[in-house]
Amino acid sequence: MKDLDLRAKHSWRSTKSTLMSGLMLLAVLVVSIPLVAVLWSVIDRGAGVALHDFPAFFTNEIPLVSRRAGPGMGPAILGTLLVTGGATLLAVPLGILGAVYLHEYGGTGKFAKAVRFMSMVMTGVPSIVMGLFVYIMWTMRFGYSAFGGSLALACLMLPVVIGSTEQMLRLVPNHLREASYALGATKSRTIVTIVVPAALPGIVSGCLLAIARAAGETAPLLFAVGAATAFNPSLFDEANTALSVQIFGNATSSFVAAQDRAWGAAFTLVTLTFLVTLTARVITARFALKR
Amino acid sequence: MQLFELRGRRQNGDRAFKWLAIGAAAVVLVVLALIAFVMTKRALPVLDEMGGEFFTSRRWSAPEGIFGALPFIFGTLYTATIAIAIAVPVSLGVALFITQVAPPRLKKPMIYLVDLLAVVPSVVFGLWGVLVLSQHFGLGRSFLTAGIILAIMITPIITSLAREVIETTPNTDKEAALALGATRWEMITAAVLPHSKGGLVGAVMLGLGRAMGETIAAALVIGSSLGQITLNAFASGNSMPAVIANEWGEADALHKSALIGLAITLFVITIIVNLVATAIVQRSTKRSRGS
Repeated sequence: MKDLDLRAKHSWRSTKSTLMSGLMLLAVLVVSIPLVAVLWSVIDRGAGVALHDFPAFFTNEIPLVSRRAGPGMGPAILGTLLVTGGATLLAVPLGILGAVYLHEYGGTGKFAKAVRFMSMVMTGVPSIVMGLFVYIMWTMRFGYSAFGGSLALACLMLPVVIGSTEQMLRLVPNHLREASYALGATKSRTIVTIVVPAALPGIVSGCLLAIARAAGETAPLLFAVGAATAFNPSLFDEANTALSVQIFGNATSSFVAAQDRAWGAAFTLVTLTFLVTLTARVITARFALKR
Repeated sequence: MQLFELRGRRQNGDRAFKWLAIGAAAVVLVVLALIAFVMTKRALPVLDEMGGEFFTSRRWSAPEGIFGALPFIFGTLYTATIAIAIAVPVSLGVALFITQVAPPRLKKPMIYLVDLLAVVPSVVFGLWGVLVLSQHFGLGRSFLTAGIILAIMITPIITSLAREVIETTPNTDKEAALALGATRWEMITAAVLPHSKGGLVGAVMLGLGRAMGETIAAALVIGSSLGQITLNAFASGNSMPAVIANEWGEADALHKSALIGLAITLFVITIIVNLVATAIVQRSTKRSRGS
C-alpha cells in the first residue's frame, strides 16, 4: 500500500521550486521599492512646496535668483503645456494619417514595409539626438522658442503614435469596411467615417500615452526651448521653459530653495503625467476595441 | 451622366486623401534621412581634426581642442551593462511571477504597478537619484548610481516584453511537463524558458538600447568626470548623452561638432542594438506562432 502513496514528498525538488517562486516574489518587491521610494520622495518633499500658499506655486514667476526661497513654477507649467500641446498638434494628425496609410493602403507593399521599419528605427533614436537635430534645423535659424521643443517632442512621438494607431486599425473588423463599400462609399469616406471612428478610443488612448511620455522628456528641450523665468504665452517667439528643464536645472543646485522648487516641479509633472496616463487607461478599459 | 460626373469628383477626393496619407507616412523617412545627413555633416569638422582618434583617444580637452570620445563610449557601455545586470534578473522574476505564479486576480494590479514605473519621467528619477539615492545611501555620483537609476527605468520595458513572450508558451507544453511530474520550477525551465529564449534575448537588448540612449537621469547622477576609464563602479564617470547635455551650453564651434560626433556615434550604436533586438524578437514570435 505504501508504494501507492502519491502525495508529494518534501523533496529537494519541491523545496527548490518553492524557493524559486519565493525569489520571483522577491523580484516583485524589489521593483516596488524604487517606485514607492521615488513617489514618496516626490510627495514628501514636493507636495508641500507645490501646495503651500495655493496657488502661488502654479501662478508665480520663477525667482530670478535661484537661492531665493519662495514659490514659482508658473512659466514652466505654461511652457510644458505649450510645448507638449504644439507637439501633439504636429505628431497626432501626421501619425494617424501615416498609420492609415500603412494599414489601409500600404499593407505589405514595399513602401509601407520601409516606413514601418524606419518608424521602428525612429522609436530607438535617443531623445538627445532629436534635441540636437532640432537645434541644428530650427533653433540655429529661428532662435529659442517653445515651438522648437514641440518639433523635437513631435519627432519622438510620431513613431509611437503611428505604431499604436496601426495596432488599433488592425482590430477594426473587415466587415465594417465591406458594409461601407457595399453602400457605395469611397475608400477615403469609409476610412474617415467608419474605420477611424471605430478605432478612435484606442487611438486616443495611445496618443495620450505618447503625450504623457513626451511631457516628461527633458533632453530634447534643453537646446531648443531656452531658459525663461517669466511667463511667455507665445509658441513661436522668445525663449520659454518647461517643468522638466527646471527640474534638471535645479536638481544640481546647491541651494535648498532651488532644490525645493525642483521637488515641487517634479510633484506637478508627475501628477500631470499620471492624470494623462490614467485617462488613457480608463478610455482603453471602457471604450476601446478588444483583441 | 450626372452620376458619372459625381464619381469623377469623388475619385479626385479619394485620390487626394490617399496622397495625403502617403505624405504623412513619408515624413518618417524624411526626418530620419535628415537626421543622418545633417548630423554627419556637422560632425565632419571634428572628424577632420581628430580622424580615427576621435574614437580611440582617451583625452577630451575642449580648451586644447582635443576630443577623444573613448571614455564616454566606455561610460555609456559600462553604465548600460550595470543596468542590464540589475534589471534582467528582476524583470525576468517579475514576468515569471506574474505569468506563472501569481493568482489571476493579482495579475492586473501587478502589471499596472510595473507600468507605473514607466510613467514617471526620467528627470524625476534623476532628481531622486541625485538628491536621495546618491546622498543618503553613500553611493555618491558614480557609474553604479547611474546604473541603478537606468535599471529602474528599463525594468518596466523588459518586464512587459518578457511577459508577452512568456505568455505565448503553449499550454500543452506546460501541461505536458506538469503531467510528467515536474515541479513548477522544473516546468518553467523545461517548457517556458526554452520556448521564450529568443524573445527574452530580444527584450533584454531593447532594454539595453534604451539604457544607452537615456540622457537626463545619467547626466544628473553619473558625476561628469572627464576621461575616467575604470571598472570601479563607485568611481564617477561620464557617458555620451550626459556629456552632450552638460557641455553643449558653453561649447564653441569645434566643441559643438565633437558633441554632435558623440550624438551620431550614440545614434549608430543604439540603432544597431535595436535592429538586432527587433530581428531576434520577430524571428522568435514567427517561430512560436508557427508551432
